[in-house]
Amino acid sequence: MAVATQVLQSEWTKIKSVRSTVWTLGLAVVVTVALGALISALSKNDFDKLSTEDRINFDPTFTSFAGMGLGQLAMIVFGVLVVSNEYSTGMIRTSLAAVPQRGTFLFSKIAVATLLALAIGMITSFVAFFVGQSMLGEHKASLGDPGVLRAVIGGGLYMTLITVFSMGVATMLRSPMLSLGILMPFFFLVSSILGNVSATKKVGQYLPDQAGHKVMQVVTVGDDAPYGPWGGFTIMVLWVVAALIGAYALLRKRDA
Amino acid sequence: MIEAVGLTKRYGAKTAVHNLSFQVRPGAVTGFLGPNGSGKSTTMRMILGLDMPTSGHVTIGGHPFRNLPNAPRQVGALLDAKAVHGGRSARLHLLSLAQLAGIPARRVDEVLGVVGLQDVAKRRSKGFSLGMGQRLGIAAALLGDPQVLLFDEPVNGLDPEGILWVRNLMKQLAAEGRTVFVSSHLMSEMALTADHLIVIGRGQLLADMSVQDFISTNSADFARVRTPDTAPEGREKLTAALVEAGGQVLAEPDGALRVTGVPLPRISDLAHDADVRLWELSPHQASLEEAYMRMTQGAVDYRSTVDQRAGLQPADPYGYGPGAPAPQGWAPPAGNPYPALAGERPNPYAQPMPPQAVPQAAPGYPSAPASQGMPPAPAVPPVAPAPPSTPPPGAAPAGPADLTKRDSEDAR
Repeated sequence: MAVATQVLQSEWTKIKSVRSTVWTLGLAVVVTVALGALISALSKNDFDKLSTEDRINFDPTFTSFAGMGLGQLAMIVFGVLVVSNEYSTGMIRTSLAAVPQRGTFLFSKIAVATLLALAIGMITSFVAFFVGQSMLGEHKASLGDPGVLRAVIGGGLYMTLITVFSMGVATMLRSPMLSLGILMPFFFLVSSILGNVSATKKVGQYLPDQAGHKVMQVVTVGDDAPYGPWGGFTIMVLWVVAALIGAYALLRKRDA
Repeated sequence: MIEAVGLTKRYGAKTAVHNLSFQVRPGAVTGFLGPNGSGKSTTMRMILGLDMPTSGHVTIGGHPFRNLPNAPRQVGALLDAKAVHGGRSARLHLLSLAQLAGIPARRVDEVLGVVGLQDVAKRRSKGFSLGMGQRLGIAAALLGDPQVLLFDEPVNGLDPEGILWVRNLMKQLAAEGRTVFVSSHLMSEMALTADHLIVIGRGQLLADMSVQDFISTNSADFARVRTPDTAPEGREKLTAALVEAGGQVLAEPDGALRVTGVPLPRISDLAHDADVRLWELSPHQASLEEAYMRMTQGAVDYRSTVDQRAGLQPADPYGYGPGAPAPQGWAPPAGNPYPALAGERPNPYAQPMPPQAVPQAAPGYPSAPASQGMPPAPAVPPVAPAPPSTPPPGAAPAGPADLTKRDSEDAR
């Protein structure tokens, strides 16, 4: 266990000593909050023009999370960089020479970045919620409303899991360009296209981000997903676990 | 003590390291030599448990690296000086490595002082020169005060002062009883640093012996004999006499003879008996570099070919004209068409000679440059760089034109 503590310390030093950490995580917070506030303000202005059905379906909590689709991309970059910096610089050899127990190294490294992502994710989620609700005026929800607190915490967890998933994928792919080239378009475009085209909707709703969105929603009228908020969250967790298992299996047997 | 037994590593169809067995003993600097791509780095990575051998095994102090208790305190390595995140300061880079190995933070400042980087410790390593990067890498290897040290090309990019420093550091570490294993492709550097040599080529062991043994085993001392240019027939007479006496004679491009197997006084006697005057009779001792080149010449993976520059230059009546660079391996400094060997002074007697003095390239003998690990002179040039016309005697600078001529004669 001593080794794990050493890796945790070392990884914390590594994370805080590069500027990309501040940039990516800062961008995630700013983009998510700002875009959420903007969409919330626009929604408030347009609320009176909405149809009755849309008014019933209106989810003030999820509206204030509208920036997460973009903000999560910054979290993905953070996750990818934490892992693939080791490979692109060649540090991985030094690291694994110092810690031959590769599993301990990988999971301690991911643990440090995950804890940081969790803290940032929670801050982002709560700030986005409160700023968004203040923009919504009389249409706002409050934390005490049923399901709202779960959705806000879920938002923080969602951001965290996306980061961990990216770290798993980056460990498997090693190259930062390849990892970002796959993850960014996938979460920004492909997933939402699959989720909105009726033919692929059934498949799309089992993708990690589509399933994970569920836990951030409060009003789910007219939603035909076969799982609830925590069901969706579990699907996302399974994706993350699969990515980590793949990462561990590859790191263990691959030449560094 | 590092011990490799039957170490083999294959990447698909390519065998990087084949059946390598050696021991690296404590208390000495062991040089690990081989041409580029010969498997040095692969071997180093296998020693550190980073790459798994296809077969065989390697142990440090009797344990495979991955089973070593507290590995970073026992083994320090510099694998790649560029393996640093450019955005991280030197100090924090070392601190993260120290923490990884459970080494107290004050040790970081100690090693920064040892490698002389204390003044730039807070600077981001992006701005470091190659030499500073090497120092940072060496600092990382020294962090755990380990008994076993591996350095992969530690002097790359260092200035002369830095090279001297590394040399003394290696010797000092070995004198403290540590095991020091240093890879390099610079034989001249290893000659000064190492006590023991392990030479590999194409992933196979070529030599495992002390530096002294290496030189005496692999070097062939020779005598350089020069007969008057004005009497080429004397030269042939002497060659015949020397061969009869059991010597081996190689013609050098500038007209001298390289004689092995016959002691100097005997050469003089033979010349006297044959009534041949000598302009030069000089002993030459092969340097370590030469011995190394001789040994590895068959195992060089990346060999340069002649740059034909076809179509890039206007037709030159002299083949390789005065301004045109001579082909690689033949590149004669003006005036001395025979490249000076390492550790040897340029021959003052090697004057340019008129083309007719060129030896009739003693058939049957390998051409001289091949014996030094230079690209062997192609008997038939791949794309015949044959000059459009034979150089007019005396008009062309002797060396290059001679060679071209000789090549074409060999081809016949």
